[in-house]
Amino acid sequence: MDISRRDLFKVGGKLLVLASVGATLEQITGAEPASDAYKMADHWWGMVIDIDTCIGCGNCVRACSTENSVPHGYFRTWVERYQIEEGRQPRVDSPDGAMEGFPISTREGLKSFFVPKLCNQCAASPCVQVCPVGATFVSPDGVVLVDDSYCLGCRYCVQACPYGCRYLHPQKQTVDKCTLCYHRITRGLTTACCENCPTGARLLVDFKNPKDPVHEILRNNKVEVLKPYMATQAKVYYKNLDGAVR
Amino acid sequence: MIAGVDGFMYPNEVELQWSVLIVLYPYITGLVAGAFILASLERVFKVEAVRPTYRLALLTALAFLLVAPLPLQLHLGHPERSFEMYLTPHTSSAMAMFGFVYLWYLTVVLLVEIWLEYRAEIVGLAQTSSGIRRLIYRALTLGSYNVSPEARRIDDKVGYAVTVIGIPSAFLLHGYVGFIFGSVKANPWWSTPLMPIVFLFSAMVSGIAAVMVLYVVSSKLRKVAIDMRCLDTIARYLFYTFVIDFTLEMLDLVHRTYESDESFRSLDFMVHTRLWFSQVILQIMLGTLVPLTILAANQLWRFSAGARKAMYMTAGGLTLIGIFAMRWNVVIGGQLFSKSFLGYTSYKVELVTREGLLPAIALMILPFVIFLVLIKLLPPWQEEKAG
Amino acid sequence: MRRLVRDAGHLIRPALILLAGVAVFLVVRSAIVPKAFGQYGHYRPGALGLVRQRPIAYAGQDTCVLCHDDEAKARAAGKHAHVACEACHGALAQHADDPAAHVPQLPDVANLCRRCHEKDAAKPPAFPQVATAEHSGGVACNQCHQPHNPHL
Repeated sequence: MDISRRDLFKVGGKLLVLASVGATLEQITGAEPASDAYKMADHWWGMVIDIDTCIGCGNCVRACSTENSVPHGYFRTWVERYQIEEGRQPRVDSPDGAMEGFPISTREGLKSFFVPKLCNQCAASPCVQVCPVGATFVSPDGVVLVDDSYCLGCRYCVQACPYGCRYLHPQKQTVDKCTLCYHRITRGLTTACCENCPTGARLLVDFKNPKDPVHEILRNNKVEVLKPYMATQAKVYYKNLDGAVR
Repeated sequence: MIAGVDGFMYPNEVELQWSVLIVLYPYITGLVAGAFILASLERVFKVEAVRPTYRLALLTALAFLLVAPLPLQLHLGHPERSFEMYLTPHTSSAMAMFGFVYLWYLTVVLLVEIWLEYRAEIVGLAQTSSGIRRLIYRALTLGSYNVSPEARRIDDKVGYAVTVIGIPSAFLLHGYVGFIFGSVKANPWWSTPLMPIVFLFSAMVSGIAAVMVLYVVSSKLRKVAIDMRCLDTIARYLFYTFVIDFTLEMLDLVHRTYESDESFRSLDFMVHTRLWFSQVILQIMLGTLVPLTILAANQLWRFSAGARKAMYMTAGGLTLIGIFAMRWNVVIGGQLFSKSFLGYTSYKVELVTREGLLPAIALMILPFVIFLVLIKLLPPWQEEKAG
Repeated sequence: MRRLVRDAGHLIRPALILLAGVAVFLVVRSAIVPKAFGQYGHYRPGALGLVRQRPIAYAGQDTCVLCHDDEAKARAAGKHAHVACEACHGALAQHADDPAAHVPQLPDVANLCRRCHEKDAAKPPAFPQVATAEHSGGVACNQCHQPHNPHL
């Protein structure tokens, strides 16, 4: 059958119009994926970290970096090593965020421990409060996320975070941070850091799940959040956190 | 060991986020606010002595206001998305009001006031000039050639109302920047309710100093006599404003030292080391104490006109440097220490990058270029010829 | 009255320009901003989907044990019961999706075991750790210890 150039243009034109309308509609409506077993309203995510169990191996930092393609030199999670001699300021270090763990310490007689840190997924988040356009937000299930295609890269949120967990992605030029592996937890998996922690120091928790171990942990242990006086309603709880930790 | 870091910083804190461009932005809007306040002194508060600088102050404000968004645009990771601040402003963010306050101030206050002030000349020039200039003036008339005495009287009344609205608008234009810093509870160097007020008064100081310096320089270049009564009055208002500004900053310092909370030791160390030159030498000594002494001396004793001009120029120049140093110390200083209070980093100013020194210098020169164009287009000293 | 209009008439022009600007802005705004913006809060709800669509690198141990039954049983009986497979074997979601196409490499035993078990004054004292040079005299860890069930 002979297809004339004119017919081609007609069909091609119609397809082009349909495609662009479709793309525009998708952009305009911006609705979330349909047919979902995951209901946001059923979850309220957080994390529990046990300081006494962390051995500073850095597996979590490496796993997070791999899972989330974190640019080198920036950190969605990191581990700090505290070495405290009585009567002196604590010596704290985090070589490359503990990406390769820590150099062996032979100094005996000090109070030493490791503190894994990440975004505290604050319910009253100061970083969300200061975003001028609504590019960062607390999701209905309690995770603080960044809208990559909306962020201006003004870095006001980076300044407002008391915990230093945000950074500007050097290639994307938007702000990046721990997403609590939102793409994993909404599919029934745990976060990359919790999955790969060999001692179980890090535990993903869901406050809305009545069977979640978090309820017993909070009831039976002394727990603390970082910088409680900031009243950020942080949702990362630390067991056995020493008062020297900043 | 990370280069430039002493002690411990959270890993993401080592690199500074807000660069010299963010130092420049409040400096520029401060000059705008201050210049406008000086103009309003004559228009609203009837300080008739400063009339010779009225138009000059307005044009200075406009020249700097046009440049003000540029450092912000250069700083953004995605400047092409900055329009989002108009589309979906997040009302809990002080930064979100920038676009609206800026547009309001530019159009409803500054442009309207300048238009009303210059309308008679614009209409005249639209009829007497030729070529491109004639087209520009014709466009500026907005199609109306009515410059009858009644129309001019209405212009005057409306201009007065605009200036009255303009004063709180100028306060808002610059004060909100102070609030942007002052409301960040995560940063103890910034977080204080005094911040918007300190910003505002230092803005007025820098703006008044800028107009004063521009008046002297432009008079010298045009080889016209300087109205000493005008200059003395400006210097006097500069002195008053500076006293208030200095008092506020000292109050903040004394308060911090007295309360000596956890952040104090870390901040104190930072001032004594990394900020020693910019804060103690540049901002406090050279930028505040020396100009204050010069200006105070002129309130106590009478010097010759020549001596006064030299002293005012020195005081004005040092003030402008000092207020820039103050912005530097707030913005950069707030990022040099760790929020763990356990360490410090350094600011490596680059030269030719998007946020480097060269663009910053270019952005500081640009308002003067615009200013030259403006005074060619709308000469601020027409009334001298008219008598 | 007519005289007032005549003398104040020029003020209508800048006012009209401003009003026109506001009108244009409002039209543009209603066209550009996604209709669903603000549905859950001050953000584009599409962003949630955007984040959820990111690719997965770690399959998770629940997936590994579906095929690797023997290793899972050995591990469950020993001290490494709570150490996830990928904690030592690396990210293997690609292998789980297409086992033949992505064959995982065995981990470098020498460095791997040391990262957790090298004696360190900073580590919790109760955690099993040895000065590996003295402990094994240079012999590889898996010469004596079976990684999935390492206790001797």
